[in-house]
Amino acid sequence: MAVAKTLAREVNLQPPGIRFRMWRPGPVLLLVPALAAIAAVSVYPVILGLWLSLRNTTLASPEDSFIGFANYQQLLTDSGFWNAWVHTIEFTTASTLLETLLGLVIALILAERFLGRGAVRAAMLIPWAIPTVVTSKMFGWLFDGQNGVVNYLLLRIGLIQHHISWYGSPDTALGTIVVADVWKTTPFMALLLLAGLQTIPHSLSEAALIDGASPWQRFWCVRLPLLAPSLLIAAMFRALDAFRIFDLVYVLTGGGPADSTEVLSTLTYKNLFSALQFGYGSALATAMFVTEILIALGFGIFLLRKLKEVGQ
Amino acid sequence: MSSTPIAERGPGRGFGFPPWNRLIVYACAVFIVCWSVGPFVWQMSTAFQLDRQLMSGTPTLVPDPLTFDHFVNIFVAKSFQRYLFNSVIVAGATTLLCLLFGAVAAFALARLDIRGRFGILGFVLGVSMFPQIAIVAPLYVLASQFDWLDTYRVLIVVYLALGLPLVIWVLFGYFRTIPLTIDEAARIDGARPLTIFFRITLPMSLPGVVTTGLLCFIAAWNEFMFALAFTSDIRHQTVPVGIANFTDLHYVPWGDIAAASVVVTLPLVLLVLIFERHIIAGLAGGAVKE
Repeated sequence: MAVAKTLAREVNLQPPGIRFRMWRPGPVLLLVPALAAIAAVSVYPVILGLWLSLRNTTLASPEDSFIGFANYQQLLTDSGFWNAWVHTIEFTTASTLLETLLGLVIALILAERFLGRGAVRAAMLIPWAIPTVVTSKMFGWLFDGQNGVVNYLLLRIGLIQHHISWYGSPDTALGTIVVADVWKTTPFMALLLLAGLQTIPHSLSEAALIDGASPWQRFWCVRLPLLAPSLLIAAMFRALDAFRIFDLVYVLTGGGPADSTEVLSTLTYKNLFSALQFGYGSALATAMFVTEILIALGFGIFLLRKLKEVGQ
Repeated sequence: MSSTPIAERGPGRGFGFPPWNRLIVYACAVFIVCWSVGPFVWQMSTAFQLDRQLMSGTPTLVPDPLTFDHFVNIFVAKSFQRYLFNSVIVAGATTLLCLLFGAVAAFALARLDIRGRFGILGFVLGVSMFPQIAIVAPLYVLASQFDWLDTYRVLIVVYLALGLPLVIWVLFGYFRTIPLTIDEAARIDGARPLTIFFRITLPMSLPGVVTTGLLCFIAAWNEFMFALAFTSDIRHQTVPVGIANFTDLHYVPWGDIAAASVVVTLPLVLLVLIFERHIIAGLAGGAVKE
């Protein structure tokens, strides 16, 4: 019975879909609204942005002419850009690494069966659902230099001697933002990795157990290699997302103090909507885009290699 | 989702901790819950405390005396209800349109004969990876040409396009799980694609559609950058912009901010707790499966 069912499903899923020969253009027509919206709001603006980046458009004056690659030349020597670029890379690396590692640990704990596991999983979705602007304000209050509870607790247990202005001083501001981001995103990362863990056949772990493998060996030699593709994909999405960080920085520090938390998104936004430099701002955005593509390519190549290794 | 496979039951599952290590597992679980919920609980407590208590230097978790001043303040002095109203309109319209366009597209990709479907899916996913800052300037130029700045429609259209990739991917996954034989039977009975979609596919995947709608709503409700760039006054600004602008000249009104945070977040938290299982399944399907 089960075999027949599986067979029937396979036979039915083999062809890519049902052919409506009577009504040929139908299926494609159904895609038109969605693809048109995506093309109009995502694809066309990107092309328009490339065009803008070759002009000296400012909204402050009627000036608007083609200037070739002058914006990009300016970009290469703009210390503000490289400052933001370095911060963005630092933030992306730190938050992706922390979130992936912590997420993996949490996922491994949640893979255990224990009483109240469902409740823990539900609680973990809360940070994800909270608007980022609210997260920013929340951490602004927790880490407040005067009355923040973090300072209070750390003083009480004697870890610090005096109040620290966490996001008000250049030394600790970027770190505070990383902490806020880790809080917001780690639980979600853990849930994704948990879903990946649960697709690994339990029999493999059990076979290793019978062969006398320790929990540690079972993790390193059985589950981690099988989880690696999910782990890499999740980390890649996370890195691409972290690279675009805007809300958290803009609301918590606005890029300050002394530009110590300025990231590419906030720098670009300020160039666009404070300085009204639409040409130069677009060049910044394009540079960001290029970096993001490079990150994606890096992960993609690494992932393909890993998948090949697993396949062999 | 509801029934547990036999292999998952019983002892020795997962990492296989010895029994005395269960304590560690429980300790970790408690820590995870406190870490996830703690900051929000703190924010809730802050919302009910008087300013002088917040500034006293010794923070307390339990508000004493309990006050509703901050809630009165945000609604009476700061017209917070206007931001809420704007957000409900924008996020609601976005969700409906996203579900309509996205479900139809996902149906076509999952159930009908479309050449290059994985090319299209890949394209859609790629678009969702664009840094959004790269499109905000050109869209601003376009919006001002159409005279669409400071309107609901500019936000709705932008959020629609930003939400569609997620909706298409998640619903594609759901629709693929329905046996194709059902479509075939309907087709033999003379049903056309849209009839199959509205009468069979959609009702059969209603939980998936509801969850996807929730994801879409949350994304639109929380979006900040485009709302900040495209709206300039309270008539069209959404909640995140409103909260971001909650600053006074001389001090930060932490109590008011906390009250506003609770008002906008509590509904989301409740929805998420109710739909927890579906959300995890939907998101995991879109993000982890190769």
